[in-house]
Formats: sequence, C-alpha cells, structure tokens
Amino acid sequence: MSDKTVKITDENFEELVINSEKLVIVDFWAEWCGPCKAIAPILDKICDQFGDNVVVGKVNVDEVKQTPVKYGIRSIPTLLFFNNGQIVKQEVGLQSEQTLIDSVNQIVS
Amino acid sequence: MTDKTIHKTIIIGSGPAGLTAAIYAGRANLKPIVFEGNQPGGQLTITTDVENFPGFPDGVMGPDMMDLFRNQAKKFGAECHFKHVTKVDLTSKPYRVFVGEEMFLSDTVIISTGASARMLGLEEEEQLMGYGISTCATCDGYFFKEKNIVVVGGGDSAMEEASFLTKFAKKVTIIHRREVFKASKIMLDRVRNNPLIDIIVNKSIESINGNQQDGISNIVLKDTVSGETSTFECEGVFYGIGHTPNTDLFKGMIDLNDNGYIITQSDSSLTNIPGVFACGDVQDDHYRQAITAAGSGCMAAIDAEKYLEENIIE
Repeated sequence: MSDKTVKITDENFEELVINSEKLVIVDFWAEWCGPCKAIAPILDKICDQFGDNVVVGKVNVDEVKQTPVKYGIRSIPTLLFFNNGQIVKQEVGLQSEQTLIDSVNQIVS
Repeated sequence: MTDKTIHKTIIIGSGPAGLTAAIYAGRANLKPIVFEGNQPGGQLTITTDVENFPGFPDGVMGPDMMDLFRNQAKKFGAECHFKHVTKVDLTSKPYRVFVGEEMFLSDTVIISTGASARMLGLEEEEQLMGYGISTCATCDGYFFKEKNIVVVGGGDSAMEEASFLTKFAKKVTIIHRREVFKASKIMLDRVRNNPLIDIIVNKSIESINGNQQDGISNIVLKDTVSGETSTFECEGVFYGIGHTPNTDLFKGMIDLNDNGYIITQSDSSLTNIPGVFACGDVQDDHYRQAITAAGSGCMAAIDAEKYLEENIIE
C-alpha cells in the first residue's frame, strides 16, 4: 500500500469515509488479487492528480471483516465513491486512469 | 491533445506478448510506447501461481511476474502508460492511435491486446457482473464462502475454476450445455472425484436472477435435449466458457479469422498491413500460454525493427 492512500478499517470507516468533507474513493482489495495490484498505481496517480481534493481509502478485505459485507462486495477490486457520506458511484473491476479521472471530475465539479 | 512526435513503435497491450515486444524494441532503441489498456499486465494478473514459466522453478505469482516484465521493459527505455486505446487508424501512414481525444503517431504498431473471458450474452450480465457473476475465480471466490456456486463451461478452465472454488464454497455445480466435455481427462477426473462438486450436463443458462444489492438468488436452466426449464438456487455464477480476442478496434481494418483472431503470416507476426504486427493471444487461439505469447512478442519486435530498417528513412 502506498503512503498516498489511507488505510480504512471497520473502526475508522465512519470517521474517515462517512464524515469526510472530501470525496473518498474506497478501494476494496486483497494481496492475492491481481487486478487489485494493477489498479493500485492508477489510484496513486489519482492521488497525485487531485491532491487535496480526493482521498483514496484502502480496505483490505482479508483484515477488514464487516465493511465489505455491509456494502455487499462480491468482487474485487471494487471502488466505492463516497461524497458527503453517500455512495455516489461504484465501479467493479479494473478501470482505466481516464475512466477514474472522468468519474472524479464528474463528482467534484 | 495532439502529440506531433512520430514514434517508431506503439505497442497496444501489456501482457507477456506486449511487454516482451517492449523489452526487445527497447533494446533495439525503438523507444516503444506501451498503452497498457484496461488490464495492465493482461490475463496473468487474474491468475495466482504460474508454475510453467521457465526460470521460476518455485513458481511465481502472475501479477508479480508481469511487474518484472514491465520493469525489464522500462529499463530499456519503454514508456508504459496506463491508458486504454479507443481507436486506431491504420489506413494511412504514419499510423494513428487514439486514447480518447489524444492522438499518437507511429511508424509501426504492435498489437498485443490479448483475449477476454467470453460472456453468455444474457441481458442481465452487465448489471450483475461483479455482483454475483464473475469471470475470475481467483479474484472473487473469496466472497462466496459457504455459498452455492455454479461454474458454467466444459473445458479445462471451467474444471480448474470449479476445483479452486471448493476452497470456499459449500457446493460447486458445473453446468455444461453438452454431455461431452472438452476438458482433459485428468481435470475431469479431479472434479468427478471431488465430493464438493456436482456436474449437471445438457443444460444451458436462460437467465440469472438477482440484483446489485442482494446478489444472485437463482438461475433458470433449460434442458438442451427436452427444452424443459427449471430453477436452480445459487449465489454465484462463474464463467469458464473460453475467451474471445480483443479485436473490436481493428475490425474492418485488419484481416481476422472466423473467430475474430488476427491472421498473421506463417512463422511471423506480420498482419495484412505492412508495419502492423500482432502477437500473443490476439492472434493465437491454440497455444495461449505466457511463454508462447512472450515468444511471439519477441518476434513482433524483431519484425518491426526489420520493417523500420527497410522502409522508414530517418
């Protein structure tokens, strides 16, 4: 996990995602998931590009038990976009950098 | 945005074929541009252990191996972009490659776009993909602990998926529309001897019922002999029904065979368009191995280098 992203747990989900004033992209991932590894550097680039406007949170489904179930995650990577505590978009599977940039622009603009 | 540079070679795709082409093209000082596409690293990134690639006697994780390929390509000057090519124009030179609004020019193009899992073609697939329908047992099996899972297909990949999924599932049911299996005997024996796997033959899937919130509840099966339909309860449907080449970009421009694969001239990576080369699964529906893809990627880079020497004056 890169240092640009934030580690999300069941305990800090409320504080760091739901109560966040910024757009939070929550990435559900695991060590054994190939596409998750492939999307990680793309998410890092999103952090670089949007800087302070967007937070990328990482939920490791091996360690975090309740949150993935709560949100009905059945495939990883799944990205949930939270804005003001609400899910405003979700993407399942690998996404291109451009798709993610477009999604973020759509939400923050 | 338009980049006026005419590149020597643009490689579309980043599996073993594309990245091997990038290594060779890089070493030949062609400064290759690699557009990695929507699945950087290609199909190997959704596998686990690769045990048959020479040089890795203890096996290697597919994604890790592709990182090594990429690092090696970058070391020799390949420029890798996480971009998905949306259009190509191979009707005039230099060839034009588009990523959305961006355009890139190149004297040669190496196509290594690979293949993707085939779908059944059901209307509800798009909506339920990732919410109960999956094409990647290694990615998604984990979310079906103690659940009833269906695997569709009759080949080796379906058998392998079914065996893998028994690590998580309460029960795995293989559904095959014929009576005869394409799978090898050893794989078939393995699933037949596994008490957690059932096999249903002569049934096709008519529909998959569920929603994004609650997942899948059941599927409707149709008997391919009698035509009768029945409902089967399950929470996950995994596809193992083969692959289809990623050649939509090139339809009408490059010669494809009846199954949509790019036709290459024998013993080469040459397509019907001079300066356009194809390698890997996009032109191979027979071997489909990382090592054969890598080999053909090497061929494509050498073919591109030779073409540049003979046709393009600096």
